[in-house]
Amino acid sequence: MSRVAVIGVGQTKFVRSYPGSIREMVFEAFKEAMGDAQMTVKDIDATIVCSAPEYDKQRSPSGVLAEYLGLNPQPTFYAESLCSSSTTGLRLAYSLVKAGLHETVMIIGFQKMSEISAAESQERMGRGTDIQWEAPFGTMMPAYYAMFARGHMTKYGTTADDLAQVRIKSSTYGVFNDKAMLRKQLSADIFKDPASPMSGILASPLRVGDCCANADGASCIIVAGEKKAKASAKKPVWILGLGSATASVNMAGRELFYSLPAATEAANQAYKMAGVSPKDIDVAEVHDCFTIAEVLAYESLGFAKPGEGPALIRSKETYKEGRIPVNVDGGLLAKGHPVGATGGSQIRTVVLQLRGEAGDMQVKDPALGLVHNVGGVGLYANVSILGRQ
Amino acid sequence: MSKKEIDNRFSKFGTISFTATTRINDFIDHLEKGKVMGTRCKKCGHRYFPPRADCFNDLTSDMEWFEVNDAGKLLTFSTLKFAPAGFDKEIPYTIAVLDFGDYKVFGRVDNAIAEDKLSVGMPMKITVNKLPNEHINYLFTTA
Ligand SMILES: [Zn+2]
Repeated sequence: MSRVAVIGVGQTKFVRSYPGSIREMVFEAFKEAMGDAQMTVKDIDATIVCSAPEYDKQRSPSGVLAEYLGLNPQPTFYAESLCSSSTTGLRLAYSLVKAGLHETVMIIGFQKMSEISAAESQERMGRGTDIQWEAPFGTMMPAYYAMFARGHMTKYGTTADDLAQVRIKSSTYGVFNDKAMLRKQLSADIFKDPASPMSGILASPLRVGDCCANADGASCIIVAGEKKAKASAKKPVWILGLGSATASVNMAGRELFYSLPAATEAANQAYKMAGVSPKDIDVAEVHDCFTIAEVLAYESLGFAKPGEGPALIRSKETYKEGRIPVNVDGGLLAKGHPVGATGGSQIRTVVLQLRGEAGDMQVKDPALGLVHNVGGVGLYANVSILGRQ
Repeated sequence: MSKKEIDNRFSKFGTISFTATTRINDFIDHLEKGKVMGTRCKKCGHRYFPPRADCFNDLTSDMEWFEVNDAGKLLTFSTLKFAPAGFDKEIPYTIAVLDFGDYKVFGRVDNAIAEDKLSVGMPMKITVNKLPNEHINYLFTTA
């Protein structure tokens, strides 16, 4: 069977407010990916557009983008799984190529969140959960993840200071990432200084500094079948394993409040398909929408045993020089989180790492990389394993 | 009768309801009588909370109501200091999940209970709560 590889990657800078329209913002990511793959629009056989709905006015954005990017008359499709939309796009693109329907498929992820207020965006995120039974109580993403932070703290004794270590690591690498929104090194006492804007409680036990920020941004990933990939401009990065799973949307349907079972299931699927184990992974991008989410990811992915995520960050094994470098591009916490674009940005980082093109963020000679992208509160999870060989 | 009346009782649920019509609208009538009810499948006996009109195990809609009246165990909670649009007048408030063994319930904790009085594992019970404009929901209180 023909293999499928990533042959081009691009993303915009993630910013608080993009000074242009969605199509113009997406063009920037598209231009970078097309330049990276050294392609023209005639090379793209189909496009999958990924975003989470209701953050902007445009309905059915894929048609508008296909026209603006010069991709007519090729087909375009829209895919959505909240914050994990663009890795859902990767899975669909992989299937289209594998099925032989299209040879080269582009995955566009975008979100322009600056058109609505922070409270409005929290209301929309709240409506990404169970609108019949939960949203009428006044729910928002930080509070849901906070319930998992509380669960982890109660079960394993995890502390606010453990969580702060995740934020400090992100800030360390955000400094080196010219696509990141927050590029300032944070000090170890961000949560200890009551005057620090990071130390205020947002939804207990999570503080402002535990949460990523909304952003505007776009990402673009180009995948192709083996023949085309081998002839591509850049060294192809092969898609070796894909896992995808779901869990109950209503918190009443969850068994545990110290792990996300969909992420664990998706990871197991991806490892099995790739024929590798957690210790084989050389570099990883995980969905750190909140500090606790990175700790949960360590445990879902098998980088740490259940309950030992805090020890892993404390030992600095997830820093660039450590046993398993995680989010050495700053992660969502430093880059910002333009929901639909995030998965594509994670793929881009891992592809650059595997090609040896990650600059100041480069991990030493990685062969296998992993992307963990979660939608909602572990409602959707995609884990993708990429490799040089 | 000229116009068919729409049964939109569920639009009263919570501070802001995003749902008006549902086949388990009787849930609201039960709340108004002071009872928080789930549904049980008459075929397989599975108990559902939140209540469902349908059971996917048996592909049946033959369900009966049961009352949530035992004490549950507090599984986790979070107190919001920032609120989504439409809820800002209510902060701070606490959301939580109670475990009743066969099923769990998501909801809000009674604001009369200070956050530092809450601890995971403590027993809590569920009580009906009337809101302004004839809206209604349920709260968790100390058992
Ligand atoms: Zn049944």
